[in-house]
Amino acid sequence: MAKIVGIITTDHGSVGGGSPIFYARDRDDLQKVAHLLEKVLDCAAHEVHEDLFIVVDRHNNR
Amino acid sequence: MMLDWLHAHKDLTGVVMGTTFGMGARLFMLRSDYRQYPAYPHGKLIHLALGLIAGALGSVAVPALYNKDYTAITFLALAAQQFREVRNMERSTLTAIDHLELVPRGAAYIEGIAVVFEGRNYLAILTAFLTSLFVIIVGWWSGLLVGIVSLFVVHRFMRGKSITHIADVERVEIKLEGPNLYVGDVYMMNVGLEENREIIKQQGIGFILTPKNDDARVTIANMGQRQAILHDVSTRLGVYRDDGDPALLPIAKLGLRTGKLGLLVLPREKDRDKSYQAVCNVPLLEAAVRKPTEANRKSTEGKPIG
Repeated sequence: MAKIVGIITTDHGSVGGGSPIFYARDRDDLQKVAHLLEKVLDCAAHEVHEDLFIVVDRHNNR
Repeated sequence: MMLDWLHAHKDLTGVVMGTTFGMGARLFMLRSDYRQYPAYPHGKLIHLALGLIAGALGSVAVPALYNKDYTAITFLALAAQQFREVRNMERSTLTAIDHLELVPRGAAYIEGIAVVFEGRNYLAILTAFLTSLFVIIVGWWSGLLVGIVSLFVVHRFMRGKSITHIADVERVEIKLEGPNLYVGDVYMMNVGLEENREIIKQQGIGFILTPKNDDARVTIANMGQRQAILHDVSTRLGVYRDDGDPALLPIAKLGLRTGKLGLLVLPREKDRDKSYQAVCNVPLLEAAVRKPTEANRKSTEGKPIG
């Protein structure tokens, strides 16, 4: 099963829970953080909506 | 003079010609397929040596049986054992290196290649056997003829079917709606990063594979077959990604309602005609081919569909 390994958001109130949450200043910063996490974790970043990205680990599926 | 000698030593002539044609057949089959072609010289050597052994076994069996030495048949059984080992060898080699590929072959494709390697040795044995048989029964010239004919037969045998036998391939535009990526009308994936969307827009080529009948619909949905398509296209045109770019993996997705297969490839060399050819020429995997319509026709309760 795919696993959410990171959440990046600009909206402080909108997320919570067990995965690491990264707060970004604005949408540009959001892209930057998501880019970094994608490369570092080797996991794809997906857009839930413009202010909320998730980084998903699919290594166990392959 | 020379010909008289050939007639006088039928057994020897049979064995030599049989072995030559057997190994020739193996060599012939080793060359013609780039996917299953061991590119490294030592890999080639292994298969040539095995081809020689196969040819020798096939051709020696005939004079032995002809002289009522029926235990010779056990040699053929031994050969079968050996060549099963070839299949295992190919499978384990390819599996071992598969995780180092940027776009893996997948287990189904590897299995297909391994089976082909085993099968080709049997074809080499058959060629040698027939050649040797005709040399000994009729004469050296008939052996030569049969040997040449079987080379052609073997060549025909070797050609499997390709994707175009079961599906129509067409090139379609890639569409990006926000993060959502479509190939034609098939939803592929959600691409988060702006940067990746740009790369996909520039480098991506989309294909839609429309199955030609209900059997093809099942075959094309097979994950092994899909991975084989992606691997082959990536082998022939290169791949625009590196390790650690999971968003740039070429992928294949089914349009659930239509049963069409959407294909997104990111070739290093963005050549539309070549990539079209590459998709068309992907072999149909034995492991993926299903015939549900036949199965349903034969069962007592099922009605024929399609």
